[in-house]
Amino acid sequence: MAIECLVLGAGQQVGKSCVVVSMNGKRIMFDCGMDMAYHDHRRHPDFSRISEYGDFDKALTCIVITHFHLDHIGALPYFTEVCGYRGPIYMTALAPSMLEDYRKVMVERRGEEEQFTSEHIVECMKKVIAVDVKQTVQVDKDLMIRAYYAGHVLGAAMFYTKVGDSAIVYTGDYNMTPDRHLGAAQIDRLQLDLLITESTYATTIRDSKYGREAEFLKAVHKCVLGGGKVLIPTFALGRAQELCILLEDYWERMNLKIPIYFSSGLTMQANMYYKMLISWTSQKVKETYSTRNAFDFKHVLNFDRSMISAPGPCVLFATPGWISGGFSLEVFKQWAPSEMNLITLPGYCAAGTIGHKLMSGKPSKIDLDKDTQLDVRCQIHQLSFSPHTDAKGIMDLVKFLSPKHVILVHGEKPKMATLKGRIYSELGIRCDDPANNETVCIPSTHHVEVGASNTFIRSSLNPNFNFSKMSSEDESDSRLKDGKFMPWLQVKDERAAEGILVEEKGKRAKIVHLDEFLLMLGEKKHDIRFAYCFPINTDNLEDTKSTDVSSSSNALSVSGRSSWLPMLYIKLSDELSGGNIQYFGEQIQVESFSVSLCLKDRCPYRIVDSPPNKCEAVFFCCAWSIADEKLAWKIISILENRNYGTL
Amino acid sequence: MKFTCLSKGGGFHFPPCHVLNVCGFRILFDCPLDLSALTIFSPVPTGYRAVVDEKDSDCQPYSTLDSDCVTWKRQKIGKPLDANDLICAVPWYKIVKYLHLWNVSFIDVVLISSPMGMLGLPFLTRIKGFSAKIYATEVTARLGQLMMEDLVSMHMEFRQFYGPEGSTFPRWMEEEELDLRPSALREVVLGKDGAELGGWMPLYSAADVKHCLQKVQTLRYAEEVCYNGKLVIKAFSSGLEIGTCNWSINGPKRDIAFISSSIFVPAHAMSFDYHALQGKDIVLYSDLSSLDTMEGIEDGYSFLTTDSFSTLSWEESAQSLLNTSEHLEEREKLYYLCSCAADSLKASGSVLIPINRLGTFIQLLEQISASLESSSLKVPIYVISSVAEELLAYTNVIPEWLCKERQEKLFSGEPLFAHVELIKDNKLHVFPTVHSPKLLINWQEPCIVFCPHWCLRLGPVVHLLHRWSGDPNSLLVLESGHDAQLALLPFQPMEMKVLQCSFLSGIKLPKILPLLNVLQPKITLLPEDLRQKVRFTNVNPFSVFHYSENKTLIIPSLKDSSELEIATDLAFQFQWRNLKHENMNITRLKGELHVAHGKHWLHSGNKPSKSNSSKSRPLLHWGTPDLETLLSILSKMGINASVEQGVGVEGSKKACIVHVHDPKKALIEIGDTGTVISAVDENLASLIFEAMDSILDGI
Repeated sequence: MAIECLVLGAGQQVGKSCVVVSMNGKRIMFDCGMDMAYHDHRRHPDFSRISEYGDFDKALTCIVITHFHLDHIGALPYFTEVCGYRGPIYMTALAPSMLEDYRKVMVERRGEEEQFTSEHIVECMKKVIAVDVKQTVQVDKDLMIRAYYAGHVLGAAMFYTKVGDSAIVYTGDYNMTPDRHLGAAQIDRLQLDLLITESTYATTIRDSKYGREAEFLKAVHKCVLGGGKVLIPTFALGRAQELCILLEDYWERMNLKIPIYFSSGLTMQANMYYKMLISWTSQKVKETYSTRNAFDFKHVLNFDRSMISAPGPCVLFATPGWISGGFSLEVFKQWAPSEMNLITLPGYCAAGTIGHKLMSGKPSKIDLDKDTQLDVRCQIHQLSFSPHTDAKGIMDLVKFLSPKHVILVHGEKPKMATLKGRIYSELGIRCDDPANNETVCIPSTHHVEVGASNTFIRSSLNPNFNFSKMSSEDESDSRLKDGKFMPWLQVKDERAAEGILVEEKGKRAKIVHLDEFLLMLGEKKHDIRFAYCFPINTDNLEDTKSTDVSSSSNALSVSGRSSWLPMLYIKLSDELSGGNIQYFGEQIQVESFSVSLCLKDRCPYRIVDSPPNKCEAVFFCCAWSIADEKLAWKIISILENRNYGTL
Repeated sequence: MKFTCLSKGGGFHFPPCHVLNVCGFRILFDCPLDLSALTIFSPVPTGYRAVVDEKDSDCQPYSTLDSDCVTWKRQKIGKPLDANDLICAVPWYKIVKYLHLWNVSFIDVVLISSPMGMLGLPFLTRIKGFSAKIYATEVTARLGQLMMEDLVSMHMEFRQFYGPEGSTFPRWMEEEELDLRPSALREVVLGKDGAELGGWMPLYSAADVKHCLQKVQTLRYAEEVCYNGKLVIKAFSSGLEIGTCNWSINGPKRDIAFISSSIFVPAHAMSFDYHALQGKDIVLYSDLSSLDTMEGIEDGYSFLTTDSFSTLSWEESAQSLLNTSEHLEEREKLYYLCSCAADSLKASGSVLIPINRLGTFIQLLEQISASLESSSLKVPIYVISSVAEELLAYTNVIPEWLCKERQEKLFSGEPLFAHVELIKDNKLHVFPTVHSPKLLINWQEPCIVFCPHWCLRLGPVVHLLHRWSGDPNSLLVLESGHDAQLALLPFQPMEMKVLQCSFLSGIKLPKILPLLNVLQPKITLLPEDLRQKVRFTNVNPFSVFHYSENKTLIIPSLKDSSELEIATDLAFQFQWRNLKHENMNITRLKGELHVAHGKHWLHSGNKPSKSNSSKSRPLLHWGTPDLETLLSILSKMGINASVEQGVGVEGSKKACIVHVHDPKKALIEIGDTGTVISAVDENLASLIFEAMDSILDGI
């Protein structure tokens, strides 16, 4: 089985995020965004690729929305109300409330015929199931989803999705560094087959934000001191609050009295959401909510249309961002021609918008439409205050999660290619950056489920200590390795789970311990062992012995006999490297192999023909089981060598 | 699995406490304090009262125990209690009675279901050797912290009055002293069997509380945590209060649901998520609230009995769980309470509400202010508590823990609770203590005061009771279920009206059976006291065990095997063998066993396996070898052999020996339980082994 990943949007582009993932029989759509740069059908993902005949309820198990930005949720009302999807939709609690506000923005922006009405949105939002951070939601028997804090905007989440043994994470947009009002993305170390991550800033590495903040404050302060007006076009939630906290602090510190305005009720209302959704904000904001809520702005006032041309300096936060239309455009038209004024653009602006034009170079004239041209004499300040992670953050996340595979979306093609290369070369993880409407297939994980007996589990969890001695050659150089004293005896815990998997007809497979197995069958064990009795020439032994023990003259004396085994032991220890050789006085044991002195006159296992001088040969009897077959014959050959050896 | 109930608790403020042994881990459920026992202490005399007392002069807190006094007190033992019988000392606090008999260092996990179940926790965490992992929901931990901090700060008043405590055993706990106390009081101290004396502790400090909170790992609803790889623990909303929870514990061998006091359709908190507890193997039913309502309440003072106790209908369907009659009933109570309050206010009496249940408190605030509005009474509402301000602010920033109706307020842009507006409109005033300067400036009577503590021994309520106890127009609202007579003892004679009111604090008796039918467990554990009340028909799909205090119940295991997941790469290495006689396929397997996420996993491990040839060889054989077959197989291999029946080497008669001469010399000694192969070289030995293998079953 494979995981199939169909990228319907945000493939090698920023806009209309939409990825459909099929795994183990489930099909999940992540995000359902709209492309702001287009006005025709291209603004929506090509839903016909999910189901040719438009039977989306059958084709999709559920939809998961990461956050309420239009490029992630914009096409959802169209999909549910116009295309007719009626299955479950999961998103964090805040997302539904913001969509209606966005619709207004859209209508204002172009005044064109609406793709969906506000009734559509209300109906659509009724289908939404709210998910809380870290809440584990069992969508059905097999499919589980869990949201993690993404830090990108209030209510933004990354989604962990698991079907059977396969698991993926879809990040949506995220930020790996905390800012003034939001925390950094947080996720557990998970076992993943696939990570689908955004890559807006695939190659950018940002420095500390303090420099950028200071620069922003300086520009604003300079402008208002000179009597100018500052326009900050933002969306309702996100940068507006971040910058406003920053300005509030600064106003307090510098004791400034110049008014700060919020353009519409929308932003004021957004601030109220913030006040109540403290749990989505940064640690610092959380800690201080009871004494002073950071979103109770003292200096902020409501702005009225009539104040656009009023004299005197001010700071205005106006929606929508990117100066894509609506009120921010209206204000822009009035303020742009004056050199005293300042336009501050926080973060990314979508292609085709005025914001984008202002950011790419400093135009002196801007075409509002076919007939109108606007002189732009005001100052432009670009702010890199994006709540997206930078390249380092993406790399950190990929490294932290160490998935088997990575897919990049939501970025610009050349930059994505660079990042893709880095992920493969630095982390050794396969990575893809599919274009829109392309499908990527990756293998998925599976496990076989069986039962396991208690005895098996217990025996497998019991420590199995393995004692090994340092061999004598290593002794001199390795015992004092790195100034550390290595002990003579090394103990390793080599616990291994060994058992028998039994598959009976009509019953589920079960693992049992070896000891249980025969009981289960009701059979008696039949032990097959090997035996071998062989002589060792005592002449040779005598030679060696006489050098050691001079007092002994009788070869068959008791003391003589007892000294042969130790000699074999020394021999074995020298020649058999790595074996765990134990000497028990009566016998030498290596794993299941044992050797001892054979005192019988006629041993049945004495298969080998005795040497001619029978009285001078000493017999040794060995026994072993099949597991140590190879080892046993090796030892025998070592010992027999002694017989004809060079000693 | 073993289950021990340490305490059945008593009411909303003293939840039950249990210990569960599962998967080799010991889990403690809740660690409450029995704050109702505080009533045996005398409240701190207020300035006003102290003057009065001096005239009586026999109840000085520091009075020595002279002989006159002793005889005087002796006479009193049989008589009804009066205020002088109460203990004048810095109060101690009573933890769960059998908990102190356990070695807390052996506890592995503590699960806290409610803020009330947390109040005794600092006593555990300050013990050296306590190392358990503590889990509670974020909100429970926060509310529990506030309650403990409030307790510590209210307790300070005693410390200031009596001076610092000695480290020794307090005087009142000594045997001679206790013998002089009236029997009712002595029973509170010692318990019925005298075992409870060890449960008394001097109160923890603010530092202990802080230290305790640092050890708590907070959770959200349905967040998964894995303890030691084996237990997957999740908290699900119980509906009793904001943030309270029931637990789901999944282990490799059984899945357990722990049900604490739960409310199906609460008016403020998120509702009881019983769906998440469906299909577990075992249900530990620990909602003992239905027992409390059954015990006769002393309603000498109450002129309102709100206990509705419908007859049990056994055929209730699962749907009935969610009927809203409870909800409406609770609303009725609040309405009634408000109308009583309004009556008192109209008679220019004040209303004192020492109710510490957060949900009731918040709803009462909303109701009372609304009813004041409608009856155009301009009366200030005061909330006096050291943590009130933070508590009220906190309730407004936790929408995700509230019921649907409250959450919808968020999306329509309203505050979650009305108290935000009330404070803004100067209708509600919040003060930390009775002597805060702002309060003194603001104070107006008649008024409505919400303040702790419900036991009437601690906090601002003591001062206000002393002030108003003589006013027949004033009203005291008490929660029923406690010994009101004892509680009001120090304030006698009471002219003040007392309204006792019970609030829903758990699953009602008729709903227990339908709930269990919905949950479909295989085993249910119920308290012994419910044996008579909840009768099961014979066709029960599940077996029922009854537990009682301090008796360990052993629950049989349901499965004889655990679940185990085998990695695919390991599964591909299997070499299956078909058994001749049974319909069975078997394979040897070897790998590394891991325990993670409540499951066992078998991976192929890092070690390279031994050479394949040795792997394919069966290591274990069984059956009886047949000589004829053996000889024919050997001859097919080109081995000639002859059989020598008879006496074996070691005298075992049944053993027979097969001699091999061609191609080389070998010997096969076949006995009853085993075979020995002896051959001149490796090849022949291994050929003979193969022959043996083929006539035996092996693995």
